Amino acid sequence: MRRVLVADRVATATLWAIALAALLLLAAMIVHLVWAAVGTLSASFVLGDPEFLGLGGVGPVLWNSFYMLFLTALITVPAGIAAGIYMAEYAAEGRLTSAIRFAQEAISSIPSIVVGLFGLVAFVNLTGWGFSALAGSLALSVFNLPLMARLTEQALRAVPADERYASLALGSTKWQMIRHVVVPLAIPGIVTGIILTAGRIFGEAAALLFTAGLTTPSNYHFENLNVLDPKSPWSPFRPATTLAVYIWKVQSEGLGSSVKQIADGASALLLLCVLGFNVGARMISRVLVYRITRA
Amino acid sequence: MTADLGGVAAPLKASGSRSSLGQLAAARRATLAEDEALVTKMEATSLNVSYAGRTVVRDVSFPVISNQVTAIIGPSGSGKSSVLRCFNRMNELIPKAVVSGSVRLDDEDIYASGVQVVEVRRRVGLVFQRPNPFPMSIYENVAYGPRRLGERNRARLDEIVERSIRQAALWEEVSDDLRRKSGLALSGGQQQRLCIARVLATEPEVILMDEPASALDPIATLQIEELMRELIEKYTIVIVTHNMQEAARASDHTVFMSMGTDRAGYLVERGPTRQLFSMPTHKLTEDYITGRFG
Amino acid sequence: MSTSTLTAASRLLGRPRFLDRLDLPRRLVTAAAGSMVLIVTLMLGFVAWNGIQIFLTPGSNAGSVFSTAWQPLANPASFGLLPFVTGTLAVTMLAVAISTPLSVGLALFLAEVAPVWARAVVQPALEIFVGIPSVVYGWLGITILVPWLRENFSGVGFTVGFSWLAGSLVLTVMILPTITSIAYDAFRAVPGDLRAASLALGTTRWQTIRHVLLPASAAGVLTAVILGMTRAAGEALAVQMVIGNRPTMPTGLTQPLSTLTSQITLDMGNTVAGEPWNQALWTMSLVLLLIAVGFVLLVRWLNGRRQTF
Repeated sequence: MRRVLVADRVATATLWAIALAALLLLAAMIVHLVWAAVGTLSASFVLGDPEFLGLGGVGPVLWNSFYMLFLTALITVPAGIAAGIYMAEYAAEGRLTSAIRFAQEAISSIPSIVVGLFGLVAFVNLTGWGFSALAGSLALSVFNLPLMARLTEQALRAVPADERYASLALGSTKWQMIRHVVVPLAIPGIVTGIILTAGRIFGEAAALLFTAGLTTPSNYHFENLNVLDPKSPWSPFRPATTLAVYIWKVQSEGLGSSVKQIADGASALLLLCVLGFNVGARMISRVLVYRITRA
Repeated sequence: MTADLGGVAAPLKASGSRSSLGQLAAARRATLAEDEALVTKMEATSLNVSYAGRTVVRDVSFPVISNQVTAIIGPSGSGKSSVLRCFNRMNELIPKAVVSGSVRLDDEDIYASGVQVVEVRRRVGLVFQRPNPFPMSIYENVAYGPRRLGERNRARLDEIVERSIRQAALWEEVSDDLRRKSGLALSGGQQQRLCIARVLATEPEVILMDEPASALDPIATLQIEELMRELIEKYTIVIVTHNMQEAARASDHTVFMSMGTDRAGYLVERGPTRQLFSMPTHKLTEDYITGRFG
Repeated sequence: MSTSTLTAASRLLGRPRFLDRLDLPRRLVTAAAGSMVLIVTLMLGFVAWNGIQIFLTPGSNAGSVFSTAWQPLANPASFGLLPFVTGTLAVTMLAVAISTPLSVGLALFLAEVAPVWARAVVQPALEIFVGIPSVVYGWLGITILVPWLRENFSGVGFTVGFSWLAGSLVLTVMILPTITSIAYDAFRAVPGDLRAASLALGTTRWQTIRHVLLPASAAGVLTAVILGMTRAAGEALAVQMVIGNRPTMPTGLTQPLSTLTSQITLDMGNTVAGEPWNQALWTMSLVLLLIAVGFVLLVRWLNGRRQTF
């Protein structure tokens, strides 16, 4: 009897210790990253242009990260929500549905570097766009689409059956029910999903090495709105190194004496952006849930 | 220790409509009352239970007589199950549950500091409302308790398993497939008897049953009742039920609880089952057992 | 009677409009979902086509693919993929071996032990773990882990710090939230009834965890481990940054090695489409793709065997 009680105590203590260690590790990583970047993170670093061999800034690559996030969202939000609606509302047991489920799981498991190589063939070479923001965004869309579809499906399935029956009982068609009852109620879940996946897109690098490229035009002129001009920051048809790719590029080339400083600063910046998405998702979902339950 | 029965234990006569089993039990009860001093196995004193600040049981006290069936009856919401769960400290599994008062087992307070909850639960077993066999073979279900208590000897385990399943009146139905068939593959009534066998295998002194027949059909219910009558030879049983026929048929002692105006359960009346059912002293009890409310 | 009334009423509504009959919304959402099938098919097609080129090109020394010698610049060149396949397996397996007990422990903590406040702290922390980009993990590996190994453990052979162990440790942290969250779901799917039944028999919480909870959730926990493995085997940059990238068979925990993903990351930009070296990299991608699909099939099979209550 005694031994069993001791084992229980030891196990409980071990589980607490694991949880504590995980929290400490996370805290240590975040503190270290921020601490290492304290001297670097200035306005000129965040907004400035990169310099060959010097410290420079990350302005253009940071812009590229947001720009490609936007492009990717433009593709995956509508397509992902539509696919999620199919999975939650229309999918009947059958060959098509099981093929889609399999595809969804498969894409989520395929290494992002392989997705990048697929993008290299499909979006860089076949289209003739070369390394470009659009090719990169399409590659990001490939593995964001199933994620977005799954999150939407979960949010839609969480809508109570009562609400559906109520709508159908009033004589509305299935699509009217989805459009006016189910989707609005699922909005908080969907929006939270969008922002959480945004964090993932923002930090992705492997899929972009061979699609968006390792170079980017600097000296952005934001007044140049010609999207076909490869020098315009608004153009999807230009190489676009993102912040995450830039970190990898800087450390792997290892040129100049500022490598560590640049990578430290860029890592902290990237982490802060991702944390921002995480906190933002929580806050927005809280606000939306509040508004829907109150209104 | 002589028990306070809340009245005089009237000698019981075997009624003609009972089964031979029931007659036996009734005769035995008569003998007990006449020849032996009744022994209190457990006793609740001033029990209060609250969940997240809401009181669900207020000031409940009653004894549980050794080798008898004590039934707790009352309308739903009267705190029957909450009281039952105090007898083996299962309320502690519910977050924000607070229990005050005392429950004594053989004159020892099971809530005293230094008492291991594990030890309490081993001596006071619980059969749940919904049958909940483990997703394992029938054999492993029954051997589970003894194994956790450190029994490794295969022959002894085999013996415990067979004895427990026989005691639970399930042996004939499952002995062929003991090790291969999952406990989940049995019928509802069989599952519940398996759960009783599982409790018996740990050799408890008291068995608590929380509406053990509520999920079962009438035949399975009768089987469980007959089983209880047999088990009190060796064990003390406390059963919660909302089925008055069941309480009347199967119990020796009845505790009637109701829900107060503040929605907290309290004890209305208790006494030997025959007496409580034939001449209830309280208006509420009379209304309840005659089916006028609840 | 009632039927004819209904029919009459339906007739009053008129024939469904053309747009309604077309049911455009249904077609659109079906197309969106179906596009995923198209993507996977294309991806399998492209990668497989490019991956087998080395076997179709005369004089590419394709036989060397199954060897342990990776010498793309030697004459004759040799494109042995075994170092990378074993490297990937080695790094992944070690990471999973370290991460699984920790992750399952963390999931048990969340599901069985943690008071409400502790869960409210640990769960968001796990989301942050997932959110940290892999290049940041890699950078932390380069700046903290690798120097630490080199400076404190050179005695046991960490001459450069970039090593099998460094790669596995970085992956350990990266797959921790993956395994934890899926194992947590598996534990939560076990009905509370079973825990109560075990505890009511006078067993301790740990006995209940070991003898009821873990067996009942075994398929789910195994799924969690396999998904962790999938993530570890497919991770590219973080591993490439700390592993040392030496294309030889694994020689020891303290020694550099290379993996499928890290070699593709490093070499792809240095090769030209059509040359055998490039083709060999595509063959590596094909291997990765097949590993991923294999894991998906394994998870599906496990889910089919999952205990339902």
